[in-house]
Amino acid sequence: MAQISDTELTETGLDRAGDGRVLILACGALAREIIALIKLNAWQHLTLTCLPAKLHLYPDQIVTAVEEAVHKHRDQYDRIFVAYADCGTGGLLETKCRELGVEMIAGPHCYSFFEGNTAFAAKGDDDITTFYLTDFLVKQFDAFVWRPMGLDKHPELLPMYFGNYEKLVYQAQTDDPDLTEKAQDCATRLGLAFERRFTGYGDLETALQSA
Amino acid sequence: MSDEEDDIILSELDDEELVQQMFDDLYDGLKEEIEEGVNILLERGWAPYRVLTEALVGGMTIVGNDFRDGILFVPEVLLAANAMKGGMAILKPLLAETGAPRVGKMVIGTVKGDIHDIGKNLVSMMMEGAGFEVVDLGINNPVENYLEALETEEPDILGMSALLTTTMPYMKVVIDTMNEKGIRDDYIVLVGGAPLNEEFGKAIGADAYCRDAAVAVETAKEFVARKHNQMAAG
Repeated sequence: MAQISDTELTETGLDRAGDGRVLILACGALAREIIALIKLNAWQHLTLTCLPAKLHLYPDQIVTAVEEAVHKHRDQYDRIFVAYADCGTGGLLETKCRELGVEMIAGPHCYSFFEGNTAFAAKGDDDITTFYLTDFLVKQFDAFVWRPMGLDKHPELLPMYFGNYEKLVYQAQTDDPDLTEKAQDCATRLGLAFERRFTGYGDLETALQSA
Repeated sequence: MSDEEDDIILSELDDEELVQQMFDDLYDGLKEEIEEGVNILLERGWAPYRVLTEALVGGMTIVGNDFRDGILFVPEVLLAANAMKGGMAILKPLLAETGAPRVGKMVIGTVKGDIHDIGKNLVSMMMEGAGFEVVDLGINNPVENYLEALETEEPDILGMSALLTTTMPYMKVVIDTMNEKGIRDDYIVLVGGAPLNEEFGKAIGADAYCRDAAVAVETAKEFVARKHNQMAAG
C-alpha cells in the first residue's frame, strides 16, 4: 500500500489496499490496525477500503455512507465485512447491515472492542468519567477533539465539555513512547488525569478472523 | 465581530435596534454585551419576562434554527448559550419577584451511567426561557432519583437525556418502572440525546423524542396544552 497520512485517513479515507475477494469496509481510524493485522496474519483474502474517519464527528452520516459504499463495492467482491461498531448510531448501523446482509463488529465503539467487549462492559459505571483515546485519535487529537470542539479558539468552553470527566485513558494498540507522551499531553490540555492501557488489537482481530 | 460593530454603543440604540443587536451578540456568544443589553432594557422599564422572551429567547431561536440547519455547530451554540446564561442570571431573581407566567414544570436529568449534560443543559435553559419551571437532577441518575423527584416536585414533564448507545436503554428501565408503579400516564415523558431517534423513543414508551432543545420546547408546550385541554374537558 502506498503511504497514506493520518490526515488523509481522517479527511478522505482509503481507496483500496490489497487484492483479496473479501472487502473490509472500515472506518479510517482503524486503517493502520487492520493493515497490521492483515500483515501479521497473512490474510491474503482481504482487501481494505476506508471511509473518512471524520464521519465520527457526525455519527448520523455513518449509516448512509456505509450503505452507499456497500452498494458501490458489492458486485466486485465475494463478501463485505463492515469494520464499524455501533459508533453512536443508536442501533441504526446494525439494522442497516442486517438489511444489507453484511456482518459488522459487535460492540458499542472501538474503545470497547479494543479492550474486549466483555471486559469493557464488565467495568459498568467504574469508567463513566473516563475519556478514551486510541493510537489514531492521539495522533489526530487536534483534528478530532480540539478543533471541532472549538477549543483552539475558545478554551473557555473546556469545562462545559469536560467538566464531568476525571481521567483520560490512552488505549495503546502499539508500544510507542512518542505517542504515550503525546497522549499525556492531551490529558494535560484537557485538565484530566492520565492512564495508559495497552490493549493491542483486542476484539478487532477476532472480528476480522471471521470476515 | 467587525471593527465597525465594536464601535456600537448599546445604550444609544433604540429598543428595536438594541434587540436586533442583542440577537447578533447572542449569535456571536458575547456574554458581557448581552448582560449590558439586558440591564439597559430593564432600565428602560421593560418587564423581565419581556426581556427574556423578546430579546434572549428570540435570539436563541435564531441560533437553534441555524444549528438545526447545519449553519452553526456545537461550539457556537455553547458560546451563545453561555451568553444567554449571563442574561438569565440577571433576569431570574426578577422573574421570581414579578411572577412571570408559568407554562408548566419539568424534571430533567441524564440517565445512569452517563455524565454528558451539554444537551440537557441547553434544554433546561430553553425550557426556562419558554416559561417552564425546571428541576435539573444533573447527571448519572438511577431510576430512584427520577421517581423521588416526580413524587416531590409533581412536574408535568419528565425529561431524560443520554449521549451513549450503552446508556440510552436505561430510559426504558425508568419508563418500565413508572408503568409498574402505575404512574406512567401521570407524566409527559420526553427523551433526547445524540444516538436516539424517533423509533427508539416510541419503542421504549416515551411520549416523544426531541431532536434538539428547540424541538423539546415546542413539543413540551404542545403536550402541556393538550394535557390542560383534556383536564378541562374531563
